[in-house]
Parts: sequence; structure tokens; C-alpha cells
Amino acid sequence: MTENAGTSVLGFEPQIGTPSRWSGWRGSLLQGVGPILLGLLAGGVLLLIVGRNPLTFYGTIVNRGLLSPSGVQDSLTRMAPLLFMAAGLIVAFRANIWNIGGDGQFLMAAAVVSGFGPQITGAFPGGLGLAILCGMAAAAGGLWTIVPAMLRAYYGLNEIITSLMMTFVGVNLANLLIKGPFRSQATNVPQTDVIPKDDLLPVIPGTRIHVGILFALVAIAMVHYVMTRTSFGLRLNVLGANPRAAIHVGIDVRRLTIVAFMISGAFIGLAAGIEILGVWGYVRADWNPNFGLTLFALVFLARLNALATVPLVGFYAVISMGATPPPEKQACLTISC
Amino acid sequence: MAEVSEVLDLSPAAGEGGTGPLVEVRGITKIFPGVVANDGIDLAVYGGEVHCLLGENGAGKSTLMNILSGMYRPDAGTILVDGAEVQIDSPRVALDLGIGTVYQHPTLIPVFTVLENLVLGQGRGLSMDTKRALAGLKQVAADLGVEIDPRALAGRLALGQQQQVEIVKALWGGSRVLILDEPTSMLTPQGITELEKVLLQLKERGLAIIFITHKLHEALDVGDRVTVLRRGRVVGTLGPEVVRSTSRDELQARIVTMMFGEEAASLAGVAEVRGEVTGHRTARQVSSEVMLELIGVSVEPQRSEIGIRDVSLAVRRGEIVGVAGVDGNGQRELAEAVAGQRSVHTGDVLLAGQSIRHTSVSGRQRMGLRYVTDDRVGEGTVSSLSVATNLILKRIGDGPFWKRGRVCDDAISECATDLVDSFDIRTPTIETSCGTLSGGNLQKVLLARELSFDPRVVVYNKPTHGLDVKTTYAVRDRIRQLAEERQVSALLISTDLEELLDLCDRIAVLFGGRLMGVVENEVGAELEVGRLMVGGDSR
Ligand SMILES: Nc1ncnc2c1ncn2[C@@H]1O[C@H](COP(=O)(O)OP(=O)(O)OP(=O)(O)O)[C@@H](O)[C@H]1O
Ligand SMILES: [Mg+2]
Repeated sequence: MTENAGTSVLGFEPQIGTPSRWSGWRGSLLQGVGPILLGLLAGGVLLLIVGRNPLTFYGTIVNRGLLSPSGVQDSLTRMAPLLFMAAGLIVAFRANIWNIGGDGQFLMAAAVVSGFGPQITGAFPGGLGLAILCGMAAAAGGLWTIVPAMLRAYYGLNEIITSLMMTFVGVNLANLLIKGPFRSQATNVPQTDVIPKDDLLPVIPGTRIHVGILFALVAIAMVHYVMTRTSFGLRLNVLGANPRAAIHVGIDVRRLTIVAFMISGAFIGLAAGIEILGVWGYVRADWNPNFGLTLFALVFLARLNALATVPLVGFYAVISMGATPPPEKQACLTISC
Repeated sequence: MAEVSEVLDLSPAAGEGGTGPLVEVRGITKIFPGVVANDGIDLAVYGGEVHCLLGENGAGKSTLMNILSGMYRPDAGTILVDGAEVQIDSPRVALDLGIGTVYQHPTLIPVFTVLENLVLGQGRGLSMDTKRALAGLKQVAADLGVEIDPRALAGRLALGQQQQVEIVKALWGGSRVLILDEPTSMLTPQGITELEKVLLQLKERGLAIIFITHKLHEALDVGDRVTVLRRGRVVGTLGPEVVRSTSRDELQARIVTMMFGEEAASLAGVAEVRGEVTGHRTARQVSSEVMLELIGVSVEPQRSEIGIRDVSLAVRRGEIVGVAGVDGNGQRELAEAVAGQRSVHTGDVLLAGQSIRHTSVSGRQRMGLRYVTDDRVGEGTVSSLSVATNLILKRIGDGPFWKRGRVCDDAISECATDLVDSFDIRTPTIETSCGTLSGGNLQKVLLARELSFDPRVVVYNKPTHGLDVKTTYAVRDRIRQLAEERQVSALLISTDLEELLDLCDRIAVLFGGRLMGVVENEVGAELEVGRLMVGGDSR
């Protein structure tokens, strides 16, 4: 069994002792929004120091990311993979499983989807091909967690370290695949073949937003439902809040650890699948959007509540799209920074 | 016994003056959502006195102590130390004022060693004075008559041992005011006597001691002054003159009435209150069918544990077999081996004649095996989940509470409401998170969960620890009833000899991880049990 028995490390136990100040939804709201406001404030001070007007600066971001028609569409498009990833992280973190290896799972799934994408979309009629590819993405992401999951479940090895190591392996393996077997012969740039635009995920009529955002919202709703209303969700919560109680109560901790880890990876794989099939159609070597780290912060600000991640992820998408000047948007996203 | 050492050196101010109270609280009020835990409490604690604080489960004792030790801040009221008003905003402030506390539930950091735990919070610098700590630990431990390996991981110690470490920690801190919140709940009668002796010595040195207990006889043994709380208010205080001049029986009767009201006065005579062995059980009808059998069971010790070796024991249908011993002699290992939380190294465990050695915890639960753990906070409950959820925590996924994996709130709240009623769990609502319940009420949650849903064999580990006398009486009755009317077999592990004598048909004694013998519960059993408890060599 793992050594970190006892109470949760994640700190979402109720704040016993100061019930009047932080309890209830108002407290949660404050804890979610407070740090963001402080962050904006700190950013504003920095801007003042370098001699810019923070208000115009933030105004521009909001304008580009939210108020302009193309900006808001870009932001919504960006939310799709982020929400899938948030769903995956919540499943793991709730069970006190520190899946730090999201980027490895993401890239493995991205490589698999873009590598097989052109053939599969060609071989199967529209929706079916996409469904198969999404399944492959989920499988790739899920399987990439199996080593840390087993090591944690059977030997109590700390998954922070093992999943991080698997990320290095995953990122590099994905690149090898893209530069090797999956490499397109059509161009000199090391990248995969491009899935024809018509075979990609359809857009919501009247917009440029692909339907991935709808799937992502469904995924978030599902995770929320499972976490709050099902026996599986309660088992995860018990395991996360008090691992010793999980054993005492008779939960099969090994199995649950592995299952939760794999579900987490599968959602992260889906995030990659949706992003490739909705936006890119191919992957270039050394592409790594590094969504993982950003999302840790957002998911914890949401206090591991799936629904609460939606506005936070939306906010982040607006900032990240709004902060990128339009002509550079594509470039910046393509090349790993 | 050695004099209480100079590591306990007191600051010169302690007890000086002798007239005014060392600590006084006035009009302390603390309101939690749905409960007024403390309602205008006045209390004066004098140097050189043991002040007993009594009251039923949920009366507000721990809340008041948490206010004095800086864990909670009162909503109203003032605290005076040496006659001067103080703000105790944090535990640090309390320590600086010389208020040392042994909390009701263990606060040691489980992944640290005993020594590290002791050094933690001492002094303000970064350096850790381990040498002094070692000496102190040794000295105080000797005074208390306990042996604790300073290098043992705190989390691996039995709870009774953790309790002793906490006592050592509080004593060693050099306090002037000592708060002991149910320090004896896991100790054997012997351990309690040793503690009482130490308290008397500390008292002579001018310390003010606040002593919380549910065992009335202990209160009367050491208490100079007795205050009774009920529903957050002071019902009354019996001063030293009254305590000294009134007969024990009358005091007991008065206190019980103060604690529970007139209608409970008849309780005063029962064994649970008197804490003495009243008549031994008449032999019960017990069938010859063996329900639980351990055959040569050994459990490998994990770090700092003792493990158990070659334990063989049979519990027949409807029989209550006790396991006596000082906590830390293999009790937890034994209970967990039966419950399935720990693998059996050699030997076998049979439930109704069937080997369950390789059966999972949940598999054993489905066979009707129940385990009332002694660690209600650490593993028994999930403090962030509601009382209702905790009550059905061992039935996750089962009907009628879940249907095809989906929760049925109505079924859960109906069941929880019933259990809260029948076990008299004091909680504002069934949705209240379990971590806010008082210690005794948390214990009731465990008992309610394990004793409902048709148990066949129950392993109890200190089933009544932390319960007030009235509830203890009711719970023992229920344990007896289950055995007699429903033929439920029980393995009852306890450090409380009186409880074992009250309930059991036979009493086994565990020492150093081995079963020293099994004693029929008849006249004179306590002597034999006592002899075996210290390793069997009669002196
Ligand atoms: N942190 C908290 N949040 C909410 N309610 C609380 C909290 N702590 C205590 N309470 C409530 O205050 C009341 C008094 O609790 P307290 O722990 O002081 O009782 P107690 O006298 O120590 O009982 P016991 O003998 O069972 O330990 C209880 O009803 C409890 O539910
Ligand atoms: Mg208490």
C-alpha cells in the first residue's frame, strides 16, 4: 500500500475550525476567483513599472479574445481540448492520484491519431472514422498511464515521479513516430500526412467552432455526474480523501487506482484527438502545446469541481487567445515555444 | 516511582498567589452551523487543582478546550490568564502562555518518528534539541510507566501508545496549565493509575489541570473540582469542599443527574458508572458451533509494530470472546487480520468453517463480518463526507442505496435518519460533514454502521471509547443483545478490563503479539487476566 495514508494531501477537506469565514459556495467562489484577481493585479503593477497602461492592455486582450467575433470563436475552439484534459485531471486528482504526465499522454494520443488519421478517415465513412480515431486517442492516452498506475498500485511507487518520467518518454516517442513511420512524404517538414479538411470534425453551423467543444462540455457534465451521483465517484472520493478508510471500507484500492489512472489518461488522449481532428489535421514534429501544467492550476482553482472548471478554462482560453496577435496566432501555436 | 523530573520545570509564576484562578473564561460562546457548542460558559481553573470537566457526548467540552488551546476562536467571551485578559489566536500563543494540551484525537504526524514529533513545536529556532528531548522522553515515560521507542514512526504506534506520547509531549512542554481531553480512553486500568499518580505530583507543583473523562470514578479519584456541561452550558460546579465532604455514591448520583437530567438518576448505580466489577456474568447459552476460528495465525509486523505470532482462538456462535492487553501488543494486527485489511503470513482464518484467508475485505463483509475499528478518525470515517454517507460507507454500490451505480438519496437519508435516531447521534443534520461531530458521536456513527445490516461476526476494537456513561451502557446492552437474541459472535478487543468482565464469556490475553491464555469469565478472572497481561509471570 502507499505510504501517504491519512488525510488528503490535496487540502479539499473542510476547513474545520474557521467555519464561518470560508465555508459554503461563497468561500469557494472567493478561493477560485481571488487568486485570479490577485494575479491580474500583480500583472497590472508589472505593466505600470514598464510604463504601460494595464487597463488598455487588459482591454485589448478581452477585445481580441472575447469581444471580437473571431476571437470568441478561437477561444471556444481552444476550450475543447482544455476541458477534456480538465476532466481527466479531475478524475485522477479526486482519487489523490497525481497524474503529472498529461503531456506525454496527450502527445502519444496526438501522434497516434495524426499518424493513422489519413488512412482511417479515408477508409471509413465520415463519422465512423472519426469515432474510431477518438477511440484510438483515448486508448493511447489511457495505456500510457499503465506503467505508473501499476507501479503505484502494486508497489506503492510515487506516481508523481513515474508519470513525469513517462512524459519524457512519451514526448520523445511521439516525436520519433512523427519523424519516422508516420512522417509525410509530401513535404520536407517533419510532420504527418494531413487529414483532408472535409474529413475533420464538422463545425457548428454558422461558426468556425468545431463540434469538439460540445463533446467536451458533455464530458465535463459526465464527470461531474459520475463524481457526485454514482458509486464509482464516491469510491474515488473516499480513496482521495482518506486512503486508509478506503481500505477499511473494502474498496479494491489497487483496481480503483489503475482504473482511475487509465480513465484520466483516456480523457487526456481524447483532448489530443479532438484538437487534432478539430483544428490541425496533422502534427508537426516537436509540437507540444504543454497544456498540462496550466491546467493543474485551473483545476485546483476549481477545487476539483468539474462544472467550476468551465468558466475558469473559458477565462484562460480568452487570455491565451487574446494575448496572441492575430497574424501570429497560427504560427505560435504550431511551433513549440 | 521517580519524582517527576526537572524537565517539567515550572516557571516561577505557577501557582503563585494561590488565590486567584490561573485561567478563567467568562461568557465563552461558540456557534457552529446548526449548534451552539458553547453557550456563555464561565469556568475558573486554579493552580494546584485538578478540575474535571464532565458532560455527555456533544456537550461542548472539546470545543471549550480547543478555544483555550487556540484551535478555535470564540464568538463571544473573554479568557483571562493570571487575571489578565488574553487573546489566544493560535496554538502557538497558548503554548507561550503555558497551556499544554492533549487533544481528544491524535495529532502526532504519522510519518514522523516519536522523537521528531516531540521536538516539533519546541522552541522557536531551527535547531532541534534531540538530546534534551530524548532525556525528557525517557524520564516522563518512566514516570508514566510506559515504554516507547523514540525512533518508532508515530503513525504505526497503537492509538493507546500515541495517546501516551501526546501526554509525554504535553508534560514535557513545561506547561502551567495542562488540558487533558479524554487522556485515558485507550489506557488500561494500570496505565490510568500511573497517570493519576503523575497528575497528583504535577498538582502539588502548582499546575492547573483540566481533566476530561467519561469515567466518573476517575474523575472522583483525581478531581478537586467538578464542572458539568450540558448542551453547551455549565450545569453546575462542585467545589473542593463539596467534593471532599460528600460520599462517593452521592457524588456519583449528583453528577449523573447533572449530566443527563433527573430521569437518568437510576444510572448512577450501574457498572459503567462505578467502573468496578459488579457481579460476573452468568453463563450464557452458547452453541457449540464455531463461527470464527484463528488457527496459528501470524502477521508480519510492519515497521514499529509487534505483529502477532501463532494465535489460535475460536469464537462460537453467540459467544463474546474478549481480548485484553495493553494497547500495542498486537491488537490492531489481530483485528486487521480477521477483517482482511492485512494479509496473514502463516495460519488460517475460518468464518463459519470456511477459510477466508484469501477473501477480500468486502468479501468478508458480505459474509457478515463486521469490524468496529478503534481509529475512528484515521480510517473509520471520511471527515469531509456527510454523516449520512459515512453511515453507509461500507455499502457503496449496494441496493437500495445505489441502483445500477446511481445513488438513491431517499434511501440513504431514510436509513441515515433511522440510524441517527436509534443510536442517538447528535448532529445538526445528516448532511453535516462527519469531521465536525464530537468524538463520542463519531464513535456512535461507527457503531451504527457496523451493527446494522445483519452482522454475524463482529470484531470490536475498543467499542465504547469516548462514549459517555449513558451511551456506553446502551451500547454494551446492544452488544449483549446481539449475542443473546441474534446469536452474533463477537471478538471484543479492549483495554478496559471492567468492560471485558462485564461483557465476555471468555477473555484471551494478548501480550507481545502472542496469546498468553484464555480465561473463563468467572469469579477471580480479573486476577488471572491481570497476571497474563504483563507477560504471565506472577509476582
Ligand atoms: N468544527 C466543528 N464544526 C461544526 N460543529 C462542531 C465542530 N466542532 C464541534 N462541533 C459541534 O459542537 C458540539 C460540541 O462538540 P464537542 O466536540 O465540544 O463535544 P464534547 O463535549 O467534546 O463531546 P464528546 O464527549 O463526544 O467528545 C457538537 O454538537 C459538535 O457537533
Ligand atoms: Mg470531545
